Amino acid sequence: MSDTHAQTVAYVRETMLPEQAPPSTAAGPIRWMRDNLFSSVMNTVLTLLSVYFLWVVLSLVLPWVWYGSWTASSLRECREVVSDLGLAHGAACWSVIGERYLQLIYGFYPDELYWRANLAFILMIVALAPVLYPNLPRKILWFSALYPFLAFWLLWGGTLWTPVVAVAGFVLAYFAFEILNRAAGSLVGVIAAILVPVIWWLLLAGPVANGLAAVIPLAMEPVESAKFGGFMLSIIIGVTGIVMSLPLGILLALGRQSDLMIVKAICVGFIEFIRGVPLITLLFVASTLLNYFLPPGTTFDIILRVIIMVTLFASAYMAEVVRGGLAALPTGQYEAADALGLDYWKATRLITMPQALKISIPGIVSTFIGLFKDTTLVSIIGLLDPIGLTANIRADSNWNGIVWELYGFIALIFFIFCFSMSRYSMYLERKLKTGH
Amino acid sequence: MSATTDPPKDGFQLSQLIYDTRYRSMTIQIVALVLFLLGVGWLLNNAAQNLAALGKPLSFGFLGEAAGYDINQKLIEYNNQMSHGRAALVGVLNTLLVAVLGCILATVLGVVIGVLRLSNNWVVARLMTVYIESFRNVPVLLWIVLTMAIFIETFPAPRAFRGENASASMSLWDSVALTNRGLYIPKPEMYAGSTAVIVVFLLSIIGIFVFGTWSRKRQEATGQILPNFWIKLAIFFVPTLLVYFILGRPIGLELPELKGFNFQGGIYMRNSLIALTLALGLYTAAFVAENVRAGIMAVSKGQSEAAFALGLSPNRTMNLIILPQALRVIIPPLISQYLNLTKNSSLAIAVGYMDVTGTLGGITLNQTGKEMECLLILMAIYLAISLIISSVMNWYNESVKLRER
Repeated sequence: MSDTHAQTVAYVRETMLPEQAPPSTAAGPIRWMRDNLFSSVMNTVLTLLSVYFLWVVLSLVLPWVWYGSWTASSLRECREVVSDLGLAHGAACWSVIGERYLQLIYGFYPDELYWRANLAFILMIVALAPVLYPNLPRKILWFSALYPFLAFWLLWGGTLWTPVVAVAGFVLAYFAFEILNRAAGSLVGVIAAILVPVIWWLLLAGPVANGLAAVIPLAMEPVESAKFGGFMLSIIIGVTGIVMSLPLGILLALGRQSDLMIVKAICVGFIEFIRGVPLITLLFVASTLLNYFLPPGTTFDIILRVIIMVTLFASAYMAEVVRGGLAALPTGQYEAADALGLDYWKATRLITMPQALKISIPGIVSTFIGLFKDTTLVSIIGLLDPIGLTANIRADSNWNGIVWELYGFIALIFFIFCFSMSRYSMYLERKLKTGH
Repeated sequence: MSATTDPPKDGFQLSQLIYDTRYRSMTIQIVALVLFLLGVGWLLNNAAQNLAALGKPLSFGFLGEAAGYDINQKLIEYNNQMSHGRAALVGVLNTLLVAVLGCILATVLGVVIGVLRLSNNWVVARLMTVYIESFRNVPVLLWIVLTMAIFIETFPAPRAFRGENASASMSLWDSVALTNRGLYIPKPEMYAGSTAVIVVFLLSIIGIFVFGTWSRKRQEATGQILPNFWIKLAIFFVPTLLVYFILGRPIGLELPELKGFNFQGGIYMRNSLIALTLALGLYTAAFVAENVRAGIMAVSKGQSEAAFALGLSPNRTMNLIILPQALRVIIPPLISQYLNLTKNSSLAIAVGYMDVTGTLGGITLNQTGKEMECLLILMAIYLAISLIISSVMNWYNESVKLRER
């Protein structure tokens, strides 16, 4: 071909030109800035305004943070130290954090027992790891199941036998189910698995624990609930609430979706009631009213009461999230499960629930985050969570008038917890994604 | 094998209640009902016994007794000789006040931030992401107490405005004073003839609606489009301003003035109200922004492309094609954010704002010792507010639902 051209056309290039780099305005950072920062007049104005705003804020905040004093022993002293620096807007008094950070973390937990709280926290991470990352060996799940009892013993102290007899109830339930299921059918097995541990916990567990404690006194120094506080308290309430509200929420969602009219009515009533009132009224109920509804003379721990209320509150929201997931499943999934001859529980456990939970991961995690943030409300009924402690610290004559440093520190810690939860949910969503 | 194909056996056996699918659901329901009633009965019985033992029979008579405490923030007449019931009503109105103000702030801010987060300007989008993440991941109670603390610690006391060399001064041509006790803003003063101005203003608003309907009908009939926006703007401003100036400016402003140790005159917005509104509004705005973003992203790109292909202008594309579809996605979660804001306003108790939790669930409860009654009424009030808002939402959802065939 090229030969013919060579005779008919004056000039034809016969070799390819080497590739050239694109012009500097059409690639690289300049192109990017053109597209993303200065694509129109409006955008240019917005960019310049934002950059100016950023510059103003950062030039205020960064020196304030960096030159802050870590040594002063009171706000007055700190202000003097800081004013010597000659900064236009002063600098932070981080010494309040340095002085009080142990209190903000542990509350009034006895300092010689901090190791117990630390150990419980580290073991919590170990117990959560296999739940969060399925690649880890499955055997650690046994430790996860035992962890709540261990954590209770570590944090509150007292005799070891209390958590042991509590665990024994579950072991008894398992054996009652196994034996009676084989001997008398599944229904009798299920009933026995519910009745046996209840009888054990209500009637026998107390005397047995006391007897064992008298024979083999294994105990640690007990710590009363009034001494719990700070982020430790937030984490205890938050994590317990999170762990218990998910199964309860799933059950409520199933109840709301079921064909059984009375069960459905009870679930709908519960969910709508809880979602209609603010958490703070439920916490008032926990602090003033819950004892009225129990047999005369019973009192139980305020932290436990709060955990119950927070769990009920979160489970109603969880139920709605899970219901959304169940409703979003195509009807074909339910029909396919029926066609395979699976009964209700098997179909739910194997077919519908895993898919529904996968769909509702974002909602579930945002409910978790909401629950963890809502633990701060316990400060209003007088528990000493971080926000409850700020009132103490700001009432101290040394630190009267401190604002940004204290609240900023607490906000930062909450941000780290909540933000990492939301990032984890994104990771989970990506990992479980099966669509296209 | 399956129970449904079994021929009915002669006679009824007790085991059929469990193993026959025709009866099983009935059995389960009755067992559930009996257990539920037993549980509720047990709780109520305990409550009755405990209350009797304490000598506090359930009665709501205390609502008619004199409250004996003052409420600093009130929308209706109230003094400490009035009843607990009246105090609770003042509290409810305060709750609604902060809820409405907060919702307005959250909506305006949330829409702006949500739209800006979708902007193709990198810096702006990042800034908005930072705003949303930092507000969403920090407890609202912390924002509330922080805002209140900033108010108290950083703004000048009223006495700083006094004297020749005052350290603080009023802003906006000496009409607004920002102090640590709150915000003092001018108050409209009515002179003779002001009613006429207000009536004309209301009439012109009705006029805008009438004109809107008329111009839509005209467009459907003739296909001609009037410059609706400018005409409506003219109807809004011109008649009212004309009457206002013809009658000799019958509405004036009463400016706040420093008298003694405090400001007098004008409208006084207490610092707790402002702090609460700001904190709730800024916090909820982050959630609203996410809803708005999700709503706009839910409208597929083909919709706007189709609209452009039909020759609609970008403005009309937004108004007629994108917004109606986006709103269908945005409104339901938006309303549930309003609901959350209203419930979160119960945290007012942390900054001493006297909402219904502060009056009925706080001082009244402590003074009368009627925990059961107070909390029952309190929950009923919040429940009623929630149910009203959510029924409005259901009605709206029903009215904008896609009619599928």
